[in-house]
Amino acid sequence: MRSNVLRHNLLTALLLGPATAWLVVFLVLPFVAIAVFSVGQRAPEGGYQAAFTLAQYVNLPARATAFWNTMVLAPAGALASLLVAYPVAYYLALRAPERWRLILLALVVIPFWTSLLMRTYAWMYILGGSGIPALLAYGGFEDVRLINTPGAVLLGIVYGYLPLMILPIYVSLERLDRRLLEASADLGATPVSTFLGVTLRLSLPGVMTGFSLVMILLLGEYLIPTLLGGGKVFFIGNALVDLFLQSRNWPFGSAIAITLVLVSVVVLLAANRISTRLSGARRVDLI
Amino acid sequence: MSKSYRDGLPISPEKFVDQLMRLKRGSIGRREFLGLTGLGIATAVMARELGIMPSPAFAQGGLGDRMSIATWPNYHDPATFENFKAETGVAVEVNVFGSNEEMLAKLQAGASGWSLFVPTNYTISTYKKLDIIEALDMAKLANFDGSQQDPRFTGEGTIDGVAYAVPKNWGTTGFAVNTKKLTKPMTSWKEFWDTAMAEGDGRTMVHDYQLTTIGNALKYFGFSFNSLKQDELAKAEELLLKVKPHLFAVSSDYQPSMRAGDAWMTMCWTNDGAQLHRDIPEIAYVIGKEGGEIWTDFYAIPKDAPNKPAGYALLNYLMDPKVAVKEHLANGAPSTDARVNALLPKEVLANPILYPAADLLKPLEFGAAATLTDPGRAELMARFKSA
Repeated sequence: MRSNVLRHNLLTALLLGPATAWLVVFLVLPFVAIAVFSVGQRAPEGGYQAAFTLAQYVNLPARATAFWNTMVLAPAGALASLLVAYPVAYYLALRAPERWRLILLALVVIPFWTSLLMRTYAWMYILGGSGIPALLAYGGFEDVRLINTPGAVLLGIVYGYLPLMILPIYVSLERLDRRLLEASADLGATPVSTFLGVTLRLSLPGVMTGFSLVMILLLGEYLIPTLLGGGKVFFIGNALVDLFLQSRNWPFGSAIAITLVLVSVVVLLAANRISTRLSGARRVDLI
Repeated sequence: MSKSYRDGLPISPEKFVDQLMRLKRGSIGRREFLGLTGLGIATAVMARELGIMPSPAFAQGGLGDRMSIATWPNYHDPATFENFKAETGVAVEVNVFGSNEEMLAKLQAGASGWSLFVPTNYTISTYKKLDIIEALDMAKLANFDGSQQDPRFTGEGTIDGVAYAVPKNWGTTGFAVNTKKLTKPMTSWKEFWDTAMAEGDGRTMVHDYQLTTIGNALKYFGFSFNSLKQDELAKAEELLLKVKPHLFAVSSDYQPSMRAGDAWMTMCWTNDGAQLHRDIPEIAYVIGKEGGEIWTDFYAIPKDAPNKPAGYALLNYLMDPKVAVKEHLANGAPSTDARVNALLPKEVLANPILYPAADLLKPLEFGAAATLTDPGRAELMARFKSA
């Protein structure tokens, strides 16, 4: 008996060991470093100087616009992705012919094999003056400007994060018990009320997983606004890049990073609670 | 973006960068680009970034077999490094940067891995103060001849009589205009900013760089490019916030947009101006008559350089006028070395973008060290970008 328990414990340690070591070295330690930096001071030539002050946190309002832009972009981008992703996931899970399903799913995932930077650069040329606007000019629509607009940023976000939204929704729809749909129809529900009352409701865990996954990634987004928004739209990710690489105000950047982590945790908890409530008593695993 | 000079890749790094630059200019499609470059490059870059590449092995002559340099985009003739490798056996890995602040941040963070880098004049005193650059052993730089250097450009490499950096080339910061789109001739920063809010609405770019964007806004009012005075910076901020909604982009990567015709006017450095004008003659390069920035880029060696012997060897090689002249023909920026100028073709020396008239150069200012590290200007830039 005893040796069994021992073996069990050893196995657990072996299984969890690598992940724990990885998280401690690459997540916990950097996080502690950033927490220490955030109560420090900017050295006269930039960088970090040891101190104990909350001045960096008091200064947070200096990036209020960036926080605000991010708080608007992240839910808006996630919502737009959701609106595009849901019909696709619905089709893949419930309507697509069985033999095509895997191929179609693969098509959703394949763009991930190329770096997001490359794909965003490609969009710069598609939306730029020699791309779609040039085609439109042939059709008589002169001076259409697409690149460096908020619309271009939104498009880039939806494009970049779509697979992350489609896959969890697909999984929850795929597990849906079809007999429930038949029962609903037998009891006289219209297709619309079956969709709203059964399908949508049961797929909510997937929706919330996808939504919070995309939203959390968007909270740190800086590449797409820079490349497709022309650097005119300033998000918290852009503020962080500037603070660490340009003005080298590491303590202030650290304070912002800590605040961003706290905000992300609050968002996760709220999303978790909402989806638990909406989908009844079922527990939802967000990640 | 990094280039690693290694054999056995599906495409050579130079070709990859060539193709990438062509892609950026829009002269090839993405599909063709991916086909030409191959995804193998991704694996190669990953291996290097993750530090799988072993540290330099020291073989013949104590130079090792590899070193790394930090520099600016499109700033060298790739053949230079190939020839250096053929002569010394040292492969040079090139790291490309977008701003002096970024280079400084990397060196401050430590373990940059560079054995040579290319800082701009106004940063050198800060590097010295932080004690992260090497006092150069001039005995190892036989090809450098201080007496042949134009003193106007070279002073800031030497601090208290000790040389910490030797000059590479100089240049100016002006603006580029597409004269087919904006036909009114322009000569001043006042016209630049006013046009950005009128005919150039939605077609103008400014640098994503506090030194030049704030500096050139200060020139609108005739203040110093380097001003740190509260009231003068407040006026510059007012102008920047007024112009912001009219801008096409805040970005230092302006060549693709100018080439595609999306942008008609942009803040611009000498060598970019020369390249744009060479390929698209209607793009003119203007130095604001109120002044603006003049700069010199230097070579320096970090204190923690992993391969100092190779750093010195490459620096000495680059100081050879026969090598330097090819470098200058490739990157287009004017040289500080009279021996190099003597070897340059006449039409290069006659190019007014590279060698502007003396009265245009006169009001230009070198960036000041205090401007680089001033937190007030950094916050101003953040307010401008988030407005």
